[in-house]
Amino acid sequence: METAFYVLAAVTVAGAVAAMALPRLVHCTLCLAVAFVGLAGHFLLLGAEFVSFAQVLVYVGAVAILVVFAMLLTRSADAPPAWVVSRPGLLGVGVAVLVFGCLAATVAGSGLAGREAPPAPEVTVKALGERLMAEYVVPLEVVGLLLTAALIGAVILALEDRAKGGT
Amino acid sequence: MPPLHAYLLLSAALFAIGLAGALTRRHAILVLVGIELMLNAANLNFIAFWRYGARPEALTGVLFAMFSIGIAAAEAAVGLALIIAVYRHFRTTTVNDVNELRG
Repeated sequence: METAFYVLAAVTVAGAVAAMALPRLVHCTLCLAVAFVGLAGHFLLLGAEFVSFAQVLVYVGAVAILVVFAMLLTRSADAPPAWVVSRPGLLGVGVAVLVFGCLAATVAGSGLAGREAPPAPEVTVKALGERLMAEYVVPLEVVGLLLTAALIGAVILALEDRAKGGT
Repeated sequence: MPPLHAYLLLSAALFAIGLAGALTRRHAILVLVGIELMLNAANLNFIAFWRYGARPEALTGVLFAMFSIGIAAAEAAVGLALIIAVYRHFRTTTVNDVNELRG
């Protein structure tokens, strides 16, 4: 279990760093998919199989493809590759390192260090569905409404403005 | 099982990487990718706290992570549609060049 965690953590962090640091956008998207797959592996390791599959379906399957489509529509793939070596870039990295330092110090000082996992609970899709249909039915409906509104809004935003003769 | 703080540190690292990317990259799509990474770090925290928490059979962390994934999907769709709309208007996706309020 320990080795699996460290291998998956290395894959996830390497994928995330590459997704944020590589100069070409297509490579960034591929590395982002690798990081998402690594996170899905972590969810499997933690015993949340359904979330893991949802992660693969939604992030690797939908969000990464959506990013590729946006790249295609904005002709970003043949944009000149850009490294981040500018001064504001270094400032941003410094801020991120500071944030990581604060978070790591908080985690180290929180007394959670020796926490061991309780015995693994039984997570069946049936139990999840029963929860979603009973206690969490209102949030479920709200998320459904939000997704519908967001997708209609996305279509309207990306729709070509034909009234002005199309720009 | 690895200890809980290993997951928390991994999640903090992912959040910091996403933040660095969102702050430094000039391309609008990559800014959005950085935000997605930060959201994923939060999801990892939900699941880790659920697994190591007091009552994992209540499934609260799993359900919270699923709602969070749904909201992140909506956010990605709207964000990319905005980027396409901005590209159509300004003919660029570099965030530094989009600096006019009246196009």
